[in-house]
Amino acid sequence: MSTPTLAQNGTLLRLATAGSVDDGKSTLVGRLLHDTKNVLADQLDAVERVSRERGLSGTDLALLTDGLRAEREQGITIDVAYRYFATAERSFILADCPGHVQYTRNTVTGSSTADVIVLLIDARRGVLEQTRRHLAVAALLRVPHVVVAVNKIDLTEFSRSVYEQAAADIRAVGIELGVAEILTVPVSALLGDNIVEPSANTPWYDGPSLLEMLVELPVTSETEAGFRLPVQYVLRPQGAAVDPRYSEYRGYTGQIASGTVTVGDEVVVLPSGRKTAVAGIDTADGELPRAFAGQSVTLRLADDVDLARGDLISAAADAPEPAQDLDAMVCWLHDRPLKQGQKVLVKHTTKTVQAIVRDIHGLLDLETMTPQPTERLELNDIGRVGLRLGSPILAEDYATSRRTGAFLLIDAQSGDTLGAGMVRGQQAFSEGAAVQLSSVVNWDI
Amino acid sequence: MTITEEIITEAPIAQVHTPGQLSQLDALESEAIHIFREVTAELERPVMLFSGGKDSIVMLHLARKAFWPAPVPFGLLHVDTGHNFDEVLAYRDRVVADLKLRLEVAKVQDYLDDGRLSERPDGTRNPLQTQPLLDAIEEHRYDALYGGGRRDEEKARAKERIVSLRDEFGQWDPRRQRPELWNLYNPRHRAGEHVRVFPLSNWTELDVWRYIEREGIELPSIYYAHEREVFRRDGMWLAVGPYSEPREGETVETRRVRYRTVGDMSCTGAVESDAVSVADVIVEVAATTVTERGATRADDRLSEAAMEDRKKEGYF
Repeated sequence: MSTPTLAQNGTLLRLATAGSVDDGKSTLVGRLLHDTKNVLADQLDAVERVSRERGLSGTDLALLTDGLRAEREQGITIDVAYRYFATAERSFILADCPGHVQYTRNTVTGSSTADVIVLLIDARRGVLEQTRRHLAVAALLRVPHVVVAVNKIDLTEFSRSVYEQAAADIRAVGIELGVAEILTVPVSALLGDNIVEPSANTPWYDGPSLLEMLVELPVTSETEAGFRLPVQYVLRPQGAAVDPRYSEYRGYTGQIASGTVTVGDEVVVLPSGRKTAVAGIDTADGELPRAFAGQSVTLRLADDVDLARGDLISAAADAPEPAQDLDAMVCWLHDRPLKQGQKVLVKHTTKTVQAIVRDIHGLLDLETMTPQPTERLELNDIGRVGLRLGSPILAEDYATSRRTGAFLLIDAQSGDTLGAGMVRGQQAFSEGAAVQLSSVVNWDI
Repeated sequence: MTITEEIITEAPIAQVHTPGQLSQLDALESEAIHIFREVTAELERPVMLFSGGKDSIVMLHLARKAFWPAPVPFGLLHVDTGHNFDEVLAYRDRVVADLKLRLEVAKVQDYLDDGRLSERPDGTRNPLQTQPLLDAIEEHRYDALYGGGRRDEEKARAKERIVSLRDEFGQWDPRRQRPELWNLYNPRHRAGEHVRVFPLSNWTELDVWRYIEREGIELPSIYYAHEREVFRRDGMWLAVGPYSEPREGETVETRRVRYRTVGDMSCTGAVESDAVSVADVIVEVAATTVTERGATRADDRLSEAAMEDRKKEGYF
């Protein structure tokens, strides 16, 4: 056993993995967990026992990510499984997205929270249609970093030219999809080459191992954008306050969606449009002089304004306009298709409103990146949809903010989550990583 | 520090961060607080499952932070196996009194007494908790139950949603679980259904201990090394007590042990340990070679899918 790794002040990186079963994704995930010493003896015992029972010669690390009995019995795959591992510098939450062709839904779900997506390709097969689809989804969801692991390099006799061809091909696809930067690494998940330690079998590769890449990637939160705090819950304890000093307290809680806020900042409260200033930024641990995207805080305001859950506290300078019509990319996640005229609920930040599907502009063919005319969106389809809302929301371009540009479509009766929406931007295709996939597409059908 | 001290209000000015660089624990804390506020705002009758174990204690601490300076806006529900550690029950009652919380106790013993349930041959009562839990949900019409489950605990939990839908029989249907995207949680459900909500989903055992250290959270003493009369069964140290007697051939010894999890005393194993402080425990957990449940839960070892089966029936 190695020295204990205490990531006391470490950061958290959320990663999603995508790739088909044949690409060795389960083996890669198992290898990452195993080689970072995040697999414990009883788990390894179980895997070794099952490997023996199945008559395998070695220990199959892919079994570490084996599914539930319900999945095997019913032949289904539950969308995403979460794994945890850590190094001395950083802790990782890994969203393991099953990789069947039709399971766009899983990659969409895993990508929505990911800081980085790790795409696997089989070195012998190169870039497949499915790789394109996964990369397109990562681009659509605006995952900040893309790493492509060119796997099974051992089966090409550690061929440099095979790796370089695959890397060049995926970069070309990236350019087509508006993904400015793709990191690539040759690996063998089965044997462990370049997973944790640089491999002696690839002397021609002088880049970092996959884990080194993941440890060093900058974690970006949307602190550069304007300040937005969707109001989640109003705290007015009155007589019930934990301390009588707070019986007059009134604070507005929320997780900061983007930007930073400093005490004294001028803000605008939406939809009322009332301007005020930030009187205090509170947490249970005390007051903060400033706070930024990702933090759950409570704001006190200088003026007595009327505010409720679903409202927005925004920087005054660049406040969004209320919108009652949305032009959005929608990933359909439900068995029952989406049709024109259908009524749904839209949950955007902390506000839920009624909506009607006014238009389905088209279905995005992820292989050709061209729109196809369609009457409906089926499970795993991605399309461009026009929605009319029952009351306005403060939605922004998803390319500007993942938090204030995203929404769910929900069935009012069953409560089921039906689809994932991203508000479409109007900006041109030239802004590198900030580009939204849908703007790469010419929507004139 | 004890729970009677006002940990929260007396804390100094909170830590100031460099923008964009939330530490791991701060990111997990922010996520948990967001989940509490979101579900509590959207549903009518939430309640928190509270066993007096470390995960539920951390969860309660986070709930206090989420709603400060207002009190925690929901009560606690303890599904009591009757096989309790005295230290844990005492802790529970102290917390409830100090924080003026409502506590409901659903007792497995009541079900055994009137014959609705009967003891299992192996004597463990963990699986017997499901029925009293479901009855309490129905009786009090709870629509959201906060639970301390973590995805790193077990593979059936690795696929659990943060907001997990249960049907009117309390059952977990893998087919009906909703995709969870961004930080948008969807706790909507039909009448009679409810959701289980797991604010600690993304925490590991080590995260929980580091957070306990950072926040100065008091735990029941059984989490730290102490001398106890124990005997060896199924590779675990079980305490000698009213619910767990050594069988023939099992020798009672006094060992220095601590508990990694708290459950039914008859089937929760202790681990040998010299860890007397949180810092000691963190070093021990970081260096451990066996999972928390693997080390201490006889019932989870029954079969490969033991947890999965219980979850489907409506267990935590």
